[in-house]
Amino acid sequence: MLDRTPSEPLLSVDSLTVSFRTEHGLITAVDKVSFAIRPGELVSLVGESGSGKSLTSLAVMGLITDPNAILTGSIRYKGRELVGLSRHKLQAVRGNEIAMIFQDPMSAMTPVYTIGWQIAEQLRAHRKLTKKQARTRAIELLAEMGMPSPEVQVDRYPHQLSGGMRQRAMIAMALSCDPSLLIADEPTTALDVTVQAQILRLIEQLQRNHGSAVILVTHDMGVVAEVADRVMVMYAGRIVEEGPKEPVFMHPGHPYTEGLLRSIPPMHGVRPHRLIAIPGAPPSPANRPPGCRFSPRCAYRYEPCGIDPPLFRKEQQDIACYRAEALLEPVGVQRP
Amino acid sequence: MTLITEAVAPPAAAAPGRVQVSRGPWATAFRKLRQDKAAMTALGVLVLIVVVCLMAPLYATYVSKTDPFSSNLSGTITVNGEDVAVMQAETEGLGLGTTPIGPTYTGAYFFGADTQGRDVMARLLYGGQNSLLIAGSSTVLTLVLAGLVGIVAGFFGGWVDIVLSRLLDIMWAFPVFLLAISLSIVTISHGLVIGPITISSDSLLLPILIIGLIFIPYVARPIRGQVLQLKRSEFVLAAIGLGVPQRRILVVDILPNVASTLIVFAPLTMALNMITESSLSFLSIGVQSPAASWGTIIEDGQGLLYTRPLVAVLPGIAVVITVVALNVFGDGVRDALDPRAKLRVKD
Amino acid sequence: MGFILLRRLGEMLFVMAGISVLVFLIFFVTPGADPAARIAGRNASPEVLAAVRHDFGFDQPIWVQYLLLMKRLFITGDLTSFVNRGQKVIPSILEALPITFSLLLGAAVLWVVVSILIGVTAAMMRGTWVDKTLMVLGLIGVSMPVFWVGEVANLITQSRYHDTWLFSWVPALGYVPLTQDPWGWFKALVVPWITLAILYIGLYGRVLRASLVEAYQEDFIRTARAKGLSERRILIRHALRTSLVTFVSLFGLDFGALVGGGTLLVEYVFGLQGVGFLTFNAFGNLDLPMIMAAVMYASVFVVGANAVVDILYATLDPRVRTSRA
Repeated sequence: MLDRTPSEPLLSVDSLTVSFRTEHGLITAVDKVSFAIRPGELVSLVGESGSGKSLTSLAVMGLITDPNAILTGSIRYKGRELVGLSRHKLQAVRGNEIAMIFQDPMSAMTPVYTIGWQIAEQLRAHRKLTKKQARTRAIELLAEMGMPSPEVQVDRYPHQLSGGMRQRAMIAMALSCDPSLLIADEPTTALDVTVQAQILRLIEQLQRNHGSAVILVTHDMGVVAEVADRVMVMYAGRIVEEGPKEPVFMHPGHPYTEGLLRSIPPMHGVRPHRLIAIPGAPPSPANRPPGCRFSPRCAYRYEPCGIDPPLFRKEQQDIACYRAEALLEPVGVQRP
Repeated sequence: MTLITEAVAPPAAAAPGRVQVSRGPWATAFRKLRQDKAAMTALGVLVLIVVVCLMAPLYATYVSKTDPFSSNLSGTITVNGEDVAVMQAETEGLGLGTTPIGPTYTGAYFFGADTQGRDVMARLLYGGQNSLLIAGSSTVLTLVLAGLVGIVAGFFGGWVDIVLSRLLDIMWAFPVFLLAISLSIVTISHGLVIGPITISSDSLLLPILIIGLIFIPYVARPIRGQVLQLKRSEFVLAAIGLGVPQRRILVVDILPNVASTLIVFAPLTMALNMITESSLSFLSIGVQSPAASWGTIIEDGQGLLYTRPLVAVLPGIAVVITVVALNVFGDGVRDALDPRAKLRVKD
Repeated sequence: MGFILLRRLGEMLFVMAGISVLVFLIFFVTPGADPAARIAGRNASPEVLAAVRHDFGFDQPIWVQYLLLMKRLFITGDLTSFVNRGQKVIPSILEALPITFSLLLGAAVLWVVVSILIGVTAAMMRGTWVDKTLMVLGLIGVSMPVFWVGEVANLITQSRYHDTWLFSWVPALGYVPLTQDPWGWFKALVVPWITLAILYIGLYGRVLRASLVEAYQEDFIRTARAKGLSERRILIRHALRTSLVTFVSLFGLDFGALVGGGTLLVEYVFGLQGVGFLTFNAFGNLDLPMIMAAVMYASVFVVGANAVVDILYATLDPRVRTSRA
């Protein structure tokens, strides 16, 4: 683990809201999300699909291009406001200061160029390099990603590589300009299980070597358990729990987190007889329940849940649940 | 002239619920089409054009009062109370020739006369009937034959497929317009004799047959591809696995999907056929005089281009409006039936 | 790779042989069509007809006639016209070729440039009135019969507005060889170029817009943005580059079809004696050697264009390349 002394946040997101104008009115997909990322830490943003985790990461990159999207709130990177920044200035940040890797490296890379060309393109967009220098650097990067015979692979097209190798190329490209922040959106979801672990190791190792902070967006608690320093759990457009990995895994404060943890098969050791799934399905952004959004699926539901819970602080964890508050000030809540 | 299709995919999800195949997707498509304003406007325009053209006899009998199929070189008409010759002596040059009367914009000879002294308006309406009839009938012919060839080749495979596909390849590589011209020229001089059937050279059946034939590869090839794709699809494989007889698979699984593709093709093919018909008629190898089509009127108007330009310009405008309407309607049908099919028609 | 090339060549030869048989059948076996009667004229006596039949070899079995024709076309190269006796077929085609090429090249440059401008503008401004207007104009362009456009162009430039400053420079209809008078060549062809290009501008503009809009939905465009590339670079190097595959293959096929006689209507309207014109006349006279030569020439271009498109496809899209290798 990196040293955990508090420092200036690298990225601070404040009341980020992303909504869409639709035929059925305004739909809020990300609702007043706030968090901070410190330099060099590996934070995992966890949630089911539709929880708004991917939109949150795209918003940080300024990649929400839908003309019907409305984005409010503040995203500050090294103290600089990114929301409302001119396209030109944003271009200098993207790929250079903040880089991103995506779920499916096959469709995320332009099919008609070699991976070397694509890495060199990013390098040359931000650094003054000749084509030859950029290519040399691309080979170095591929080698660093653990790609065998990188001087051959550099001239391969994306479709000629295996999924794992493609994702390595994608990571090489993202890291080419030594970004301070890397956003990895489900980087292992499209890969085989064995390759998943390799890619996670790679991200972890690179985060140490390069000192970049990483936001790892995933739906997989197993992935979180492997690598993260800190965890943020999103549900229905909100962050419902946030804190360092160990306490969150040991004593999950939010019933949703608890449910997520119960539903993962252990990566090592004896498999349990059966996994317990959270009953019901997450609400669609158009149809969210009033009050605590998790309450319809929650086993601990009780009266106060009709009102939206704020975040409660419990040691190192922030938890959006009245039960957490109750646990802090035990007033004898009855379990159902 | 080519008609290009890329991956005409079958409408998804139609398979398992058999009842849905015949009802669900069609009803949905129909509703979608009805909500498409552009497509409905285009359909309205098309219906209007057909209705107006069908009123040709009314105009000829009650307004024009001349026979649009025989020349009227010495006739006179009354315009604003004065008797005027249909063919007027030329005032320019040597003054030897005659110039047909220009548009009166009132009653008879509304758009003037052609070189034969025939009422252009009447010929436009009758010509429209022929143009629409030929374009429509040849479209039906193309779709039926191409559907048949495509299904047979795709479904039965083997030698049948090899032979049919090679034939389609040859037709595909033959410049399609040259094929149309050569077939027209050969048949136009003496008509067509097939055994006991004789089609005379001025019959509308000739252009219908020719235009109906030449575009077959452009439709049959994608249909064959679609049938092959359907044959490999999970629901057909499942049906085969369950021991459903081939005939039943063909009728229940293949035909409805092919039918929807053919319907998508219909308006776009008709647009293409209409342009082909007018081109052939313009070269005097389509509809034969004294019958008219929009193409033949443009050809008639060629000699009058600089004196009475309306004769050549008007039928062209009629073709453009009809073809635009067909293309817009066709886009609507395609979007309604199968948004994933990328199908374009070009000339 | 060698095997694939050979196979491809075999396919081309097969298709061309098929076309030659098809044309031969159309002109010789179609019921009711008798080339001898055509050549001898309408009121020829039976004796004259018989003489013509013998002269031209129409009294021999069909397949002998076919083989003789093929031999003279491809082996001895001494094929002469049936109608204008003494006129060698191959040189006449070679003579008409520069006219067709002049017409086609200018039009192709025009339609490629303008349709890219239109397609890109419409895609970039999609949903706005500019996009809608351009697409409606494109649709109208696609829906106009080319010969009629030519007539209207003649009406405007040769008659109605010829005496204004706007079109007074337009020369009378006809072709001026490039080698004789380059400026005259240019002036004579401007109107035909535009006429021929209109249809393809409409078509390609619409196709390009559609494939650009589709490309912009792709994940790799999002990646390109995440890389911090400029919008301009994303458009040209990523969106346009991947859309080019469709565009170029379409162009190859159309170009082939046009060289192979598709320019006939434009040549006809503007009095340009190109290959299309030649072919049409040969058809009209049932001048079989000429027809055979013209059609074989046309199919060489069409089949050749198909092959070139396949190669281009592989060059432009590496995914195709690998699957073939």
